[in-house]
Amino acid sequence: MARIAFEHVSKRYSGDALAVNDLSLDISDGEFLVLVGPSGCGKTTALRCLAGLEDVTAGEIVIGDRVVNDVPPKDRDIAMVFQSYALYPHMSLFDNMAFSIRMRKRPKAEIEAKVREAARILDLENLLDRKPGALSGGQRQRVALGRAIVRDPAAFLMDEPLSNLDAKLRVQTRAQIARLHQRLGTTIVYVTHDQVEAMTMGDRIAVMRDGVLQQVGTPRDLYEAPVNLFVAGFIGSPAMNFLRGRVAVDGDTVTLGLEGIEVALSGRVAALARSRGAGSDLILGMRPEHFDAAAAETPGTVSVPATVDVVEFLGNEELIHANVAGHDVVALVPASRGVAVGDTVTLVIADSVIHAFDPDTDAVVTMSDASHPTAISSTTGNGERG
Amino acid sequence: MSVAAVPARITPAAPRTARLRRVFGRSSVNVVLVVIGVLWLVPSLGLLVTSFRPAQDYFVSGWWNALIHPFVLTVENYRNILHTGNIGDALLTTAVITVPSTLLVVLIASLAAYALVFLEWRGRDWVLVLIVALMVVPLQMALLPVASLYKYLGLFATIPGVILYHVAFGLPFAIFLMRNFYTGIPRDLLEAARIDGANEWMMFRRIVLPLGKPALASLAIFEFLWVWNDLLVSLVLLGGNPHVPITVSIFNQLRQFGANIDLISTASFVSMIIPLAVFFAFQRSFVRGVLAGAVK
Repeated sequence: MARIAFEHVSKRYSGDALAVNDLSLDISDGEFLVLVGPSGCGKTTALRCLAGLEDVTAGEIVIGDRVVNDVPPKDRDIAMVFQSYALYPHMSLFDNMAFSIRMRKRPKAEIEAKVREAARILDLENLLDRKPGALSGGQRQRVALGRAIVRDPAAFLMDEPLSNLDAKLRVQTRAQIARLHQRLGTTIVYVTHDQVEAMTMGDRIAVMRDGVLQQVGTPRDLYEAPVNLFVAGFIGSPAMNFLRGRVAVDGDTVTLGLEGIEVALSGRVAALARSRGAGSDLILGMRPEHFDAAAAETPGTVSVPATVDVVEFLGNEELIHANVAGHDVVALVPASRGVAVGDTVTLVIADSVIHAFDPDTDAVVTMSDASHPTAISSTTGNGERG
Repeated sequence: MSVAAVPARITPAAPRTARLRRVFGRSSVNVVLVVIGVLWLVPSLGLLVTSFRPAQDYFVSGWWNALIHPFVLTVENYRNILHTGNIGDALLTTAVITVPSTLLVVLIASLAAYALVFLEWRGRDWVLVLIVALMVVPLQMALLPVASLYKYLGLFATIPGVILYHVAFGLPFAIFLMRNFYTGIPRDLLEAARIDGANEWMMFRRIVLPLGKPALASLAIFEFLWVWNDLLVSLVLLGGNPHVPITVSIFNQLRQFGANIDLISTASFVSMIIPLAVFFAFQRSFVRGVLAGAVK
């Protein structure tokens, strides 16, 4: 088991842009860290650098307490699970799992014991004589995990290990990997593009985009306090709605002008808007699950008038695709609201869960920004307006 | 129940026509294959029958007459070539040339292809271009210059000289073939092996070589047949050596005795049967699907 650290790591493929750009990330011993982001964001490259399959262009990678930049993959004490599983097709499952410890010239009895133990954990005991070609996708995936377990490494590196499984198997294997982590307590660095996997499995999540680390935090941190538009839009399903408008201040009233409609703001979000100043542009982020439809306007909420385009019935809830002044807005509301296509509804959301973003920088706007010199300083207690 | 009954009433006609079409389609393909196979086999069968006919019969009637009454066949020809001695020696010489040539080509090509596919080094692509370019150099072009060079080096009229020549001219194609096959091996497998602690040699021996078996088997068969059937190289480069391969030996029979057909047909058949045996021995390795289950 070991701590892992990326210290200002950059990776540039010859002639190309930076695949990983100044990545600094500290992963504590025994942690399950998920690297997540859209394809091409550099997450797999970062993992391959950690595995030693790619050289880093700049910076240092630390495993345990040694810098491993020049240490070959086999001496880094890591095991990797590949997206393709990379099972040796001409070897039996036993030989596949035993390969790494055989390479280390361990005694025969130890090899046998370790492979049997891994097979037992992963329920592969009856299949040890088979070759990978004779297995189902889920079984192959488990063999790939088994091959990593047998090594008893300081850290597991997993590169989208579930992406070739069907939806049901993916859920099962997700739980299996989580159980494995609890059982072994080994550091896991897990790469995925699927934010649901990231949210459900990771102790912490590192969101990457275009080679740059956007935010690191617990799933709850990322969900509740995204630092920028990208993280806000990436984490959460269905994705967060964004409404861009212009702030208007009229005495105590703060509104956001969308095309044709004015949305009255209240509470914290009104204070944020006021701090930006009248005439400034602002993007409001609202999660679909925080909306309610046709409920009475209550203190501490913001109401958005919307025309319903599509209603998707999900059982106890309905997913409403609605139009708000030309913006598409998705809302997840209780099915009991009985919303129908063509209805004009009022979508209500508590102001405390609305996120505000600066359209110029994409960064989240927080109350601390209110004291920023460029912001208007007239925050005379209106933040608490009901 | 009624839901199940509806498709049951409709379905029988469709499979029947499909089955008919399938059976007809399959059998017509089979007929064509059998015709091609027979056409291919007739000369070999003719050779086989001729090798069992008394020499004088050859000048009297076609070989197919031996298959009808009164079946005049004899093993005399085989007894003759075994006892004349030089056919046995020729076969041995052929084997002494062919086996090392084949092994060397397969070994060197598989190693070279590994380096061309899985190792990163400066000038790799240029070396590949060079190898592809060498494939178009005809073997005959180098015969005389190499013969002079061999005289200078003391390799002329020696078996190692012939082996070296075959290896040199077999390699470009062999490397190209193996390289193309290796590019189909998923890189993940080697990376997994690297992380598992394998060095380059281990990755070659434990991963790439076993996976390359079908290609190696095809290559070995090709190479074996080319060298086994070669007449020109041995004729030119072995001039003066008392030990000659079977092709040269048969060729000499032709010159010495004119139409010495009983010996020639028998020796030809013997020389043909060994490559056939090699082919059937390696045939199992042709089985596809070795890579099934490697990835995904």
